[in-house]
Amino acid sequence: MPSLDMLIVIGAGQAGSELAVQAREGGWAGGIALIGEEPHLPYHRPPLSKSVLTEAPGADIPAIKARAAYARAGIELMTGRQVIHVDLARVTVHFADGPPMPYTRLAFATGGRPRRLPAQDALDPRVANVHTLRTFADARRLRANLVPGQRLVVIGGGFVGLEVAAAATAQGLDVVLLEAGPRLLSRVTGAPVADFLAQAHRAAGVDVRTGVAVDQLETDACGLRVTTVCCADGERFDADHVLVGVGLEPNTSLAEQAGLPVDDGIVVDAGCRTIMPGVVAAGDCTRQHSALYGRPLRLESVPNAVDQARAAAASVNGLDRPNTGVPWFWSDQYDLKLKTAGLSQGHDRLVLRGLPSSRAFTAFYLQGDRVLAADTINRPAEFMVAKRLIAEGVPVDPARLADTTRPLKPGP
Amino acid sequence: MTHLTIIQFDGTTHHVEAQPGTTLMQAAVDALVPGILADCGGACSCATCHCYVADNWVDRLPAPASAEIEMLDCAKNPRPNSRLSCQIRMAAAYDGLVLHLPESQI
Repeated sequence: MPSLDMLIVIGAGQAGSELAVQAREGGWAGGIALIGEEPHLPYHRPPLSKSVLTEAPGADIPAIKARAAYARAGIELMTGRQVIHVDLARVTVHFADGPPMPYTRLAFATGGRPRRLPAQDALDPRVANVHTLRTFADARRLRANLVPGQRLVVIGGGFVGLEVAAAATAQGLDVVLLEAGPRLLSRVTGAPVADFLAQAHRAAGVDVRTGVAVDQLETDACGLRVTTVCCADGERFDADHVLVGVGLEPNTSLAEQAGLPVDDGIVVDAGCRTIMPGVVAAGDCTRQHSALYGRPLRLESVPNAVDQARAAAASVNGLDRPNTGVPWFWSDQYDLKLKTAGLSQGHDRLVLRGLPSSRAFTAFYLQGDRVLAADTINRPAEFMVAKRLIAEGVPVDPARLADTTRPLKPGP
Repeated sequence: MTHLTIIQFDGTTHHVEAQPGTTLMQAAVDALVPGILADCGGACSCATCHCYVADNWVDRLPAPASAEIEMLDCAKNPRPNSRLSCQIRMAAAYDGLVLHLPESQI
């Protein structure tokens, strides 16, 4: 007799897609519905700020899996569908259109949306030359507007802003990058890494400004086109296009309205379970306690999304596979491959291995004699070793970390 | 359409069709082969699409670039015939290629 069970996954991004496939692979015998608001197959987001912006316009979507793979896994892809309400008591999901669907297991993989600046909210909604970057449609629209010789003002010196600045400069645009904090990537990296990246961008031709707060986006007389970015200190930057990359807001309202605990992220345990039996959550929309760092974290990263999806899929199948991975992040800018393992907040010492001027070095962030995090630039092998040092929490000798004449990798 | 054979660590064998031009990683992911995680989506950043190329095929594939060699150095249980499947694109000449998967990617 066919199973009457139904797993509904709300959100068809990297977390949702992985969760649905892994639930099936882990033995889920019932139906699986994977619901996405966008019209596309689930796709990789990292290329949106990289190859999609540098390849010819009209590039194919970087799909995670072919459509046939979902069919073969018995996953019903419901794209272009918006969930407006989840009723936990009646175990049903309600859509903007069409009848409600009952479930026996439910997963929130609702992701996030770009944070907005107050200056954006003051604009006419028809203004078309202020961009954010989260979806394939966003990336396509931005790509179509990357015209050589035009002026692009990037607001925000995080990963998205830096990658867009690199891609746009490569396309021949004049790029100004404005960061409100005292340095680039100020939430995540230390000064040597931030300074190195600022220098790399300046060398490529980007006008990098830090400590600059954007006050207002000035428009032409009709109010339909932003012409100038105005800063609190009085400086003004003319712009043909503006890209705002100032962080992410988690999409938690469906879960919150359903009555689940939300604390800037849907609160989940190590197995990505919410407090409601049978209801899990994974990816950018969650907040999960980290045993490694001893505090709850909300992470915006693909590795976290897929790790949490695997934990959540196990929970859907009644198994326990806690998410204990070391958080990690990567970013490609110009010829630089930046890979970060761990989280540096709370470090009391920074140790450099290699010289930034060589364009290949690692910054280790230590607390006492333990490694909390490491930023590696063009040093993939050191990234992998750092990840292991962080996971194992073994004491390290800072002099050894800094000594490039001795291998980092312990002997066989 | 070209074909490749992917053999999991436990011996489970998958016969996979691959369009020339797609990466071996993408062909494996589209065929739902377990054991190819491909967490970074093919950016040569995670080493979770690690595979061992069957000995008689090693020299017939294009040699790895330096970025791949460095990543392989830190993959789990690397061997001389280790490759990252996201860095190899299928071609008609590779019809019949055989890959073995490691015990674990992470």
